[in-house]
Amino acid sequence: MKAFVNENPGSIDEAVMLAQAALREGRSVSFAGGGTDLLQLVKERVPNRPGSGVPDVLVNLKRVAGIDQVTRNDQGGLTIGGLTSLTDLGANPQLRDRYAVLAEAADSVATRQIRNAGTLAGNVCQRPWCWYYRNGFDCYKAGGNQCFSIAGENQLHAIFGGGPSFIVHPSDLAPALVALDARFRVAGPGGDRSLSSNDFFVLPNEDVAHENVLGDDELLVSAVIPEPSGEIRSHFYKIMDRETWTHAVVSAAVVLEMDGEICRTARIVLGGVAPIPWRVPAAERLLADQRVTPELADSVGIASIEGARPLAKNAYKVPLTRRVVERAVLAAAARA
Amino acid sequence: MDEFREPDAADSAPENGDTSRSGSARQEGHTSEFDVSRRDFIGGTGATIVAANAMPLGAQEAAPSSGNDLAETEVPRSRIAITVNGARHQVDVEDRWTLNELLRDHLELTGSKLGCNRGECGACTVLVDGEPVYSCSTLAVWADGRSILTVEGLGEGGAISRLQQAFIEHNAPQCGFCTSGQLMSATALLERNANPTANEVREALAGNLCRCSNYNAIVEAVLAATETGGA
Ligand SMILES: Cc1cc2nc3c(=O)[nH]c(=O)nc-3n(C[C@H](O)[C@H](O)[C@H](O)COP(=O)(O)OP(=O)(O)OC[C@H]3O[C@@H](n4cnc5c(N)ncnc54)[C@H](O)[C@@H]3O)c2cc1C
Ligand code: SF4
Ligand code: FES
Ligand code: FES
Repeated sequence: MKAFVNENPGSIDEAVMLAQAALREGRSVSFAGGGTDLLQLVKERVPNRPGSGVPDVLVNLKRVAGIDQVTRNDQGGLTIGGLTSLTDLGANPQLRDRYAVLAEAADSVATRQIRNAGTLAGNVCQRPWCWYYRNGFDCYKAGGNQCFSIAGENQLHAIFGGGPSFIVHPSDLAPALVALDARFRVAGPGGDRSLSSNDFFVLPNEDVAHENVLGDDELLVSAVIPEPSGEIRSHFYKIMDRETWTHAVVSAAVVLEMDGEICRTARIVLGGVAPIPWRVPAAERLLADQRVTPELADSVGIASIEGARPLAKNAYKVPLTRRVVERAVLAAAARA
Repeated sequence: MDEFREPDAADSAPENGDTSRSGSARQEGHTSEFDVSRRDFIGGTGATIVAANAMPLGAQEAAPSSGNDLAETEVPRSRIAITVNGARHQVDVEDRWTLNELLRDHLELTGSKLGCNRGECGACTVLVDGEPVYSCSTLAVWADGRSILTVEGLGEGGAISRLQQAFIEHNAPQCGFCTSGQLMSATALLERNANPTANEVREALAGNLCRCSNYNAIVEAVLAATETGGA
């Protein structure tokens, strides 16, 4: 592996300072959570931060105190530290109880070994798994100026929101967090900021090289999930091309706010189909103030694929998305 | 998308996996108690190994986009304290060593294997503070202060563990390459759940491939090692 320096900051401020210091010296820097994504890139010499080469400095966040837990916050919601492991998320009773969609998403990731090491922040900030990028092609995501998938092997690529890069956002937690309307706390040189998870991710036509708003010296500290106003029923439904150990071909995170058997509002966010977690407002609206029936779920599925624009080899994702949404909505509504 | 990787130059380039391991033998100032035997081993197993890796680091590391790599003399190192199979070690490690490199190449614990070196096979599974992780996908420096259990540490007083015995009785290993990883995942499972169902065993071992495809025998063996013996 390329020689790099590992730094072990004990606090968020120190982590930011170390990153800034490295950048000032012209060295490339990456934050490390579990390293399950990052180390694969470093080994293959694929640039992690686009345009700045393979990292010279890794800022290991595992020694930062106090950001590896799920805690109830003053507003009645949950604050989830960015370094919380995926295993801990999946097993957390408060999540399982009230925000099942997030626990299910965490459980669906890869394998026990990866969930033990992998963190919430690392999962949300993982780089694309497009095979061109991962195999050393100098495409937009590596800091280059072309996309190889558009006219190439695009079976697993975007059917919504693509161009000029056609990646799909790889994170399973991201759709669940957006469906729960989470806010993200971000730390950087200018101090902390908090933004909606919806505004955290960026489409390639806004910033082709990055998947989110983070600068090279900014890190994701925590996710804050608001207290729901009513009863919540939620579900994460993931289709893979084998039973385990791989990213979603298509997934749906569904959160229904219920009043008895009537759905008041719904949030439906798709994974595996777009460069960001993809909300489908037209489908969500159909569920407002409705009883969830199989017929309605079918219409919601149809509404979810409005505006899909498949590439040469991924049209199969359109009907798949429709059925994934239909089933996810029914499964969420069936939760007692 | 990982499974559709196309073969590419990076896979056969010398730096993929091997450079840092050979680099360790060149390192002066490596003060681990295991270093001498490691060096003797390299010296003793023939000139070809040394020659194959004798290229100067600068040349080996001159892969694309590595313009600002550090020179060999500056390869960053750290001193860590780890417990491995109950024994405490102070070791000087290169920051870039994976935990697998430390265990296999420097502590001479070759029980955990290196298959894919990318989180896709499970042969390298070890327990860190009791939980299975891929030792190829975490760094040795990150294990500072942690307790590691490898297959060499299973069983007590020279005897193999009940699970290992069950592996033998049920012919769970065929070629045996995945076996240590399977054992570590199953050991952790039985620690948290003394009586798993067959499905729970399959789920817990989902992160360990067996290229011989001996899955049924492996699951049988784990069930036989449960408290109820799988009854
Ligand atoms: C074989 C395999 C299968 C996988 N399957 C899945 C899957 O099914 N679903 C899925 O969602 N993922 C999957 N992954 C991807 C991923 O490795 C894990 O999901 C994991 O959660 C990543 O977390 P980490 O802490 O190890 O990240 P790291 O490797 O530490 O980091 C990932 C990225 O995020 C950045 N980063 C880390 N922490 C922060 C922070 N606090 N702030 C800002 N940036 C940060 C890093 O610099 C890096 O770019 C898979 C990976 C492998 C190798
Ligand atoms: S889809 Fe994105 S990551 Fe893949 S080749 Fe195109 S620009 Fe690169
Ligand atoms: S060698 Fe670590 S998972 Fe294959
Ligand atoms: S026994 Fe050969 S790989 Fe499992």
